[in-house]
Formats: sequence, C-alpha cells, structure tokens
Amino acid sequence: MSGILARVGYALALPVVLVAVWWFASAGSTDFYFPPLSRIVAVFPDTWLSSRLADDVLPSLTRLGIGYGVALLAGVALGLAIGSNRVVAAVTEPLLEFLRAIPPPVLVPILILVAGIGDTMKVLVIVSGCLWPVLLNTVDGVRAVDPVLADTCRTYRVRGGRRWWHLVIRSASPRIVTGARQALSVGIILMVISEMFAASSGLGYAVIQFKDGFRIPQMWSGVILLGLLGVLLSVLFRIVEHRVLGWYHGSRDGPRER
Amino acid sequence: MLAVEELHKVYDGRGRRVEAIGDLTFEVEAGSFVCVVGPSGCGKTTLLRCCAGLLAPTSGTVTLSGAPVTGPPEGLAVVFQEYGRSLFPWLRVADNVDLPLRAAGVAKATRRELVGEALGAVGLADAHRAYPWQLSGGMQQRVAIARAIAYQPRVLLLDEPFAAVDAQTRADLEDLIRDVWRRFGMTLLFVTHDIDEAVYLGQRVIMLTSSPTRVAEDLPIDLPDERDQLTTRGDPRFAELRGRVYAQIQKAKLEGRTT
Repeated sequence: MSGILARVGYALALPVVLVAVWWFASAGSTDFYFPPLSRIVAVFPDTWLSSRLADDVLPSLTRLGIGYGVALLAGVALGLAIGSNRVVAAVTEPLLEFLRAIPPPVLVPILILVAGIGDTMKVLVIVSGCLWPVLLNTVDGVRAVDPVLADTCRTYRVRGGRRWWHLVIRSASPRIVTGARQALSVGIILMVISEMFAASSGLGYAVIQFKDGFRIPQMWSGVILLGLLGVLLSVLFRIVEHRVLGWYHGSRDGPRER
Repeated sequence: MLAVEELHKVYDGRGRRVEAIGDLTFEVEAGSFVCVVGPSGCGKTTLLRCCAGLLAPTSGTVTLSGAPVTGPPEGLAVVFQEYGRSLFPWLRVADNVDLPLRAAGVAKATRRELVGEALGAVGLADAHRAYPWQLSGGMQQRVAIARAIAYQPRVLLLDEPFAAVDAQTRADLEDLIRDVWRRFGMTLLFVTHDIDEAVYLGQRVIMLTSSPTRVAEDLPIDLPDERDQLTTRGDPRFAELRGRVYAQIQKAKLEGRTT
C-alpha cells in the first residue's frame, strides 16, 4: 500500500510544482492572452461541466473511440495477413510505405470531398492516422514468432484458429500493444484536428470557437481539458495493458529460482 | 516402428553447400529406448527434425508404423532443448499441457485427467496454475515432458533435452525420463551429445560420425533394466560401454578433421 502511495506521490510531484509555479507567476497577470490560472480554473466548471459535456466532449470521445477501435481491428487484421504471408507482404509493402508517409491532416480536404463534413469524415481522419502504428507493429510482431514455439505447434498439430490465437496473436501482442499506445496519442491529436475543419461540435471545435470569440480563459481551459483527457486515457490504457500483457512483464523480470 | 532409410540431407544456402547427413539407416523398435549420440555439429538435430516431419530430407525416407513421414505425424511428440522457448509464456502450466489435447478434440473430463496425471508423473502436481516463467529451468523442462506425456504419443523424440540444465537437475530428469518410459511404454528416441547420458539411459546407443553423418556403430546396452545414478554408473560394465562409445566418438571426430 505504501508503495502505491509513494508511486502516486512521485508521479504527482512535478505536475504539482509546475501548476504552483504557473499559479503564482500568472497571479497578477493583466496580459489578455495569458490570464491568471485562477481565472482559467474559475471558468472551467461553467465551461465544461455544463451542456458542453454532452454537446462537445462526448461527440469527440465517441468519434475517437470508433475511429481508434476500427483502426485497431483493421490494423491487427491486416498486420496478421501481411506479417504471415510473404507474397502479401511483397505486394503491399511499397504501397503501405507510401500511404503511411502521408500526414493524415492533409487527407482532411480529400476526405471532406468523399465523406462530407459529418462524423464519418472525422472518424476516417482518426482511422487514417491510427492505422499505421498498429499495422506496422503487428507485422513486426507476427514475424518475430519464435521458431521453436512454431515447431511446437506443428508437432502437436495445433492448427487453424487455435494456432492464430495461441501462437501468432499472443506472440505479437507486446508489439500490438506498443502500436496501440502510439496510435492512441496520434488519435487524440487527429480527433482535435478533424474538429477544426468544418465542424459543429467537439473539443477542437469548441477551443477554436473560444479563440475566435476572444474568450481566452475558456480557450485555455479547453487546452487543459484535452491534456487531462490524454492523461486519463493513458491511465486506462495502462490498466488494460497490465491485464493483457501480465505474462510479458512477468517473464521479462526473469525467472525466479526455487 | 520408426525406420530411417538412406536419409540424406543437404543444406543449400548462399553458395555454401553443407552436407549435414550423408547416409543414415537405422530402425527403432516399438517400445524401445534408443539414444543417438555423436560429436557436436554432426547433424543430430537435423536427424530429429526429419524424424518429426519438421524438415524434409533431400533424399531417403522416414517411416513411422509403415507410413512415410511427410509432415508432423499423429501420435508423435517432441521435447525440444530450448524448454524456455517451447512453452507458451502466456499460458499457465496446466493450459500448456492441455493445449495439444484441446487441439486433438479430447473431451474435457479426459483432458483434465490426463493433464493431472502427466503433471503428477513429473512431480509438478502443485504447479498447475503457475506460469512457465515462474519456474526454474529444470521445472520448465518437466512441464514440456508432461505435455508430451499427456499427449499419449506412440513415439517421443527428445532433442538434447537436458543440455541446458545444471548437473543435479539433469540427473533427476534422466531418472524421470526412464520412469516415464517404463510407465507409459512409448517408443523413445533420445538425441544427446553426452556419452554418459546416452549409455545410462538407452537400451541401444547409435553413434554417429561427423557430418556428412553416417552410423558409426549401433551398440546394445546390456545393463540391467533397473538403473540408478549410483550403482549403474559404478557398474564396471557401464564404464566399459562408456569407454567404447567414447573411443568411437573420438575416432569420428578425428576422421571428421582429416576428410
């Protein structure tokens, strides 16, 4: 228990110091663009814990969730196909190199032409960025399947779906999780960017609106909210990772002598 | 039971042609315990992989119960040297033993019984819920042996299974594998580079030459069936057999160097 408290203490120490510095340094600020932190905090509840929660925060998170989920499923499925088949890999890899080099934000105008300015476009922008880290890491993970373990499956005639799950996917899972972690931060960025074009709701939209309306404290509070959401999502990610990769972290700590 | 006929294997890679196995012919009778021993690098693992159907020979055949081996055959299990890499680190010990049975479509109640019996036979009755990486090397190899036992193979192939464990664990595991063989009555082909181990374990020791590999000698081990580390290894006959195998392997090494 004291170990957990100590870890929480270490994790919070620097943020607390920085917030305190910000708080006192900005306390008497009269600069219009850099209002005191106390004012930003004061407008926070009214700004976000009101109708905006349902109008802006939830739509953003829903689009992120759908886009991220689609990218995960598609990335893993494509990664398994490409990683386990040399012909598929040889045919698709040059194309993938080209596609992943395109920065997703430049796809926004094209996606608007194809999918309109609604939720579909925003979800597609998120998918177009989140897909690559998942896909490329899955390919690497599948190729790194241990040959001894693969031979074990062959001799014991473990085949089909069982082989895919117990050998290929589980072997690749540390890499898949790495890709998923990178994709999550990309996804949050793209969530905001997609809402800065032709949007009528969302966190990115709200922040831009505040900026255009010179409601600077509210704008700052939106930036802080995005930061907090990022932290929350990464904590959730860690909890899931801990469950999925418990064996991996355990085995990397080395075998215990008994 | 397991017949190897005129087996020949050449690795062709990047301009380098390696003749791993020259010409091997031998037979393993049903229910017998045969050890294969040879100088290091003589293609023992290649031979075992051909027997297991994991590797296609360049020419020659391996037949199991009269049927030619073209892929991993039914009723054959392998215990690999790299125990740490042949167990699924994401599965608990019992699930590792259980997986081949599930793949074979064995009923749940039977599976539970087989897994329990196999883990009991290797002295790991209390390790069902552990993960392999929580166990020592010797215990991990016991899990791999338990998995092979539960699978109820007619033939069990072992590829230098005790090469990576310490000497005391090794002696325990040698006795364990003799026990398993006598209790479950499968056919055993045990590949090793350790001469003492081969003589101590086998009913027959097949000695190989350096590559390109041939059978140098096929020696029956006429030691009593009851063997234990102290009396068997102290037996003058053991020393004699051991000396003979040693001389043969030395000869093979020298020949390998001159040709």
